[in-house]
This record gives sequence, C-alpha cells and structure tokens, in this order.
Amino acid sequence: MQLALFWVFAILMLMSGLGVVFFRNPVSSAMSLVMAFVALAAVFVTLDAFFIAVVQVMVYAGAVLVLFLFIIMLLDLRAEARRPVNLLAWAGGGLVVSGFLAALVKVVVSDPAFQIAKPALSNPQINDVAMIGLALFHNFNLPFQIIGVLLLAATVGVVVLSKKELK
Amino acid sequence: MTTLANYLLVSGLLFSIGMAGVLLRRSILIIFMGLELMLNAANLSLVAFSRFHPVNGLPNYNAQVLVFFIITVAAAEVAVGLAIIVALYRAKRTTHVEDLDTLKF
Repeated sequence: MQLALFWVFAILMLMSGLGVVFFRNPVSSAMSLVMAFVALAAVFVTLDAFFIAVVQVMVYAGAVLVLFLFIIMLLDLRAEARRPVNLLAWAGGGLVVSGFLAALVKVVVSDPAFQIAKPALSNPQINDVAMIGLALFHNFNLPFQIIGVLLLAATVGVVVLSKKELK
Repeated sequence: MTTLANYLLVSGLLFSIGMAGVLLRRSILIIFMGLELMLNAANLSLVAFSRFHPVNGLPNYNAQVLVFFIITVAAAEVAVGLAIIVALYRAKRTTHVEDLDTLKF
C-alpha cells in the first residue's frame, strides 16, 4: 500500500514538473507547480518527515506560489508568443539534460550502497516536530539566528527594489 | 518495497526536469519555476538520506534541519528575484530572455 502510494505521488510530481516546463500559458505552469509541490509533500510523508511535509505546503504552495501568481497578474503575462526556435540551443540544452540524467542513473543503479531498504524506526509514531526543534535549537542555533538576519535583508531588499524613482 | 535508489532516481528526474525548464524556456518566470523545481529535488534527496540512515532508531534530523534552512532561503530568494523581475519589466517592458541583450558580447 505504501509502495503504491509512493509511486502514485512520485509519478504525479514528475508529470506536474513536465507540465511546468512545457505549458505555454504561465498560469497553467503555476498550477502545475502547485501540484508538484503538494505531491512532493506527500512523498515526504511516505518518508516519515511530517514536519517537513507541512512546512513544504505552507511555505512553497502557500507563499512562494502566491507570489508567483501575483507577479503573473502584475506583469499581465500572456501565453508566450511563438518565436522561431533556435534548434542549436534546444539541441545543446537537451544534450546537457540527458547527459546529466544518464550519469545519475548509472551511479544510482550500480552502487550497492543505494539498494538498501527502509530501516525500521524505534517508534512508528515519532514526535517529528519536537525532535527537529531540539536539533534546530541545540545544534543549529547560530545558523537559525543568521537565517533571521537573512530574511530581514531580503525584506529590506525587496522594498528597496520595488520603489519607483522619486522625481 | 522502495529502496533509496528509487527516491534518488525520482529526485534526479525532478532535477533534470527543472534544469530542462531553465535551459529551454525563454520566459524569465518559467525559468524561475524550473529553479524552484531543482531546489525541491535537492530537498527530496536530503530527506530520503535522512530516513534511510537513521541514528538511534530515529531519522537523522540534521538533514531535515538543512531542508528547513533550504526552504527558508529559497523563499527569500524567490522574493528578491521576483522584485528584480518587476524592476526589469518596468525598465524594458519585456519578460523574454532574448530581449535582454545589453550586456551581450
């Protein structure tokens, strides 16, 4: 049952990813991206990472995607007009992607360190949030504070970049 | 029964789909979406390793803390990147990558 669920959500996620890349209309791409994010959260749940799955939905599907849709609306983007396709550029891009994929598949299939099954956990009902909180605030407190400063810098930067020129 | 290889293959496929989006599409916003797909593929890889190499019967939470940080940094990056795109649109009135050629050799 869990095996079937993993493959259902993984295939859904990959199909949505292809939808993001190949739709002409930017709103359709954004909707495919939502589906990819939510399917990825479901795959996280099959990995017993419940807190990360919820954070994924909240931050990515809830904030990042709304930002994308606001920008699409603000810039009033239409469907991409068909320009003459640069065949050489497409061939080069396709070559890079397929080369990377071939190398990855070769490594993942051949290395026996990756053919392991899921180890059993000591307690099937893990208190995910408490454990991540402990790890975050005991071992990674300084990076956590620095992330706060980074978010402040990002916010100030966005406000400065969005200002119109004062005449 | 899913092995670690299954999760890594799915993560790699998602990464290459994102990379194809960045390399082949010509609208800035779609390139940005491909970038987000690549970041998510890396997150999936990290969480898979965290689950498959548990420490004392619990998943390795250092990897999940790193995923938390990556999600946070990605959100900040999207905000700043979209602000830059809006400023670019105000200056050039286009979102097509091929129209941005003032620095072209």
